[in-house]
Amino acid sequence: MLRKIAKNKSALVGLILISILLLVAIFADFLVPNDPYHMDIWISYDPPQWFAPDSTYILGTDDMGRCVLSRIIMGSRVSLLVAGIATATSLVFGVGLGAVGGYVGGRIDAFIMRLMDLILSIPSILLAIAIVATLGPGVVNAMIAIAIVRIPQMARVTRSMVLSIKEEDYVQAGKALGFSHTRILFKHILMNCFAPILVVATLGMGTAIVVEAGLSFLGLGAQPPIISWGRMLAMGRQAIRSAPHLTLYPGLAIVFTVLGFNLLGDGLRDIFDPQLKKD
Amino acid sequence: MFKYIVRRVLQLIPVIIGISILVFMLVHLAPGDPIRLLLGEDATPEDYARLQRIYGFDKPLHIQYLTWAGNALQGDFGVSIRQGAPVTMLIRSRLPATMELAFFSVLFAVIFGVPLGVLAAIKRGSVIDLSSMVFALLGVSMPGFWLGLVLLTYVALNVGWIPMFGRGGSVFYGFGQLFTTFSADALYQGFRYIMLPAISIGTAMMAIITRLTRSSLLEIMGKDYIRTARAKGLAERVVVFKHGLRNALLPVVTVVGIQFGAMLGGAVITETVFAWPGVGRLIVNAISQRDFPIIQGGVLMLAIIFTLVNLAVDLSYAFLNPRIRYD
Repeated sequence: MLRKIAKNKSALVGLILISILLLVAIFADFLVPNDPYHMDIWISYDPPQWFAPDSTYILGTDDMGRCVLSRIIMGSRVSLLVAGIATATSLVFGVGLGAVGGYVGGRIDAFIMRLMDLILSIPSILLAIAIVATLGPGVVNAMIAIAIVRIPQMARVTRSMVLSIKEEDYVQAGKALGFSHTRILFKHILMNCFAPILVVATLGMGTAIVVEAGLSFLGLGAQPPIISWGRMLAMGRQAIRSAPHLTLYPGLAIVFTVLGFNLLGDGLRDIFDPQLKKD
Repeated sequence: MFKYIVRRVLQLIPVIIGISILVFMLVHLAPGDPIRLLLGEDATPEDYARLQRIYGFDKPLHIQYLTWAGNALQGDFGVSIRQGAPVTMLIRSRLPATMELAFFSVLFAVIFGVPLGVLAAIKRGSVIDLSSMVFALLGVSMPGFWLGLVLLTYVALNVGWIPMFGRGGSVFYGFGQLFTTFSADALYQGFRYIMLPAISIGTAMMAIITRLTRSSLLEIMGKDYIRTARAKGLAERVVVFKHGLRNALLPVVTVVGIQFGAMLGGAVITETVFAWPGVGRLIVNAISQRDFPIIQGGVLMLAIIFTLVNLAVDLSYAFLNPRIRYD
């Protein structure tokens, strides 16, 4: 697997970006050049070092005089954690619903799929905003909202895979041998759906990070003192004239992260399904 | 064809009912009592009962839904809790701004995305191809609202005639003025305000269109009938545009429809960045004030528009591609 990734440029670059990011998030406490929570009003809106070489802060400071670089490093945790847990949750429910629908078929399948269509018929960011708006702002509610809007895609992919694998000879053989439905579904069918689900989940991480950033930008995601990139952008917007660095760098962190997951997802898709690869 | 259209339109009914139930239930998922939230801590029991009656919260849930849906069907989404104005009026006054922004975002995406994709496909492997693909990757990885902030900082602040916030009247009205009174002033006013928000929202779609046009055209150009066209001695320009691009654009039409939803959703946040007076900003402001009738009405409205656009795309697709099965 790793050898295949190494051969695919897109997947390799994506994997490197994400690995860097994960390391930054894990070792954030040791990497921060300054205390990300330390306020000092006297040095607020300090410009980044390459505009003002005598500044002691590499990416400058925010409205409270806090180190922007340190805050971006700390903020990677919330972004990855919220997107990761939300994606994992949507994976569990989406794969579960899709597998049951595809395997059982009939009315249950129709009901599940109509429900998924319904969720998809509302633009996902809008639905996520509406869900958090009713549940109340916060990290956990943001996770719930992102998970809910990501479920239908997982369910659809899983269902279509289950439908095609269900008819394979080895599944029929399993049935003939009298294996239980759970065993057939989990061991014989779902094990073979792994690849496309992984691709959708990887690409979904990118979407989840964008939605999380959007929610916290609107003040619906992580609440202070938790540091999140979206919230940093919202604060930066207030000072767009005097301190453009407050909006530029946290946004670049988001782009860097989403790019990583998109590249890896695209690459994985090419690896798993060479036919899909157009050129 | 006619049968297909009728069927497809009838299919809308259960979808819209479903959306309305979902949107209605959202408010009832809210933790705590909506009236308690509204009135605050020191409300008298009389106030409480009165408001409960006004909003119908004292009735069973299904009756509440039917009343709400029945009213919504007649274009009545209730009264805004904070502003006191009818929600329908608030949405109607904001909807043109949102629709116009959506229209120009799509227009921007198509006008720039398709030629860039064609160029990349024709000059495959060149610097143009490579850079357009890098651009496409960055474009889909960038949150639209952040691009908006960057454009505000680096374009609006430096270019005098581009404003930072608000809307300068309708561009369509501007066109009307241009043709009736030959004055381009209204058009210019509308245009300079809508430019940056439309670019922020449309860039992601443009990136997707660029990528899709390129891969779709490359695939088509490998087909036998293209070889035949070339063998006939047609000019390369004719082969690419008449035989290639026409067929390559089919999937682009579909993707515009699919992406339209993501765009409408993203526009909610981008409208906030540019203080664009649309439905998205109305919803966002209503959220901070916990003004549920506006949230319900606004989300329902945008979801229905999204559904209708998808219908239009499906129908146009069936129209463009005669091979599609109508059953």
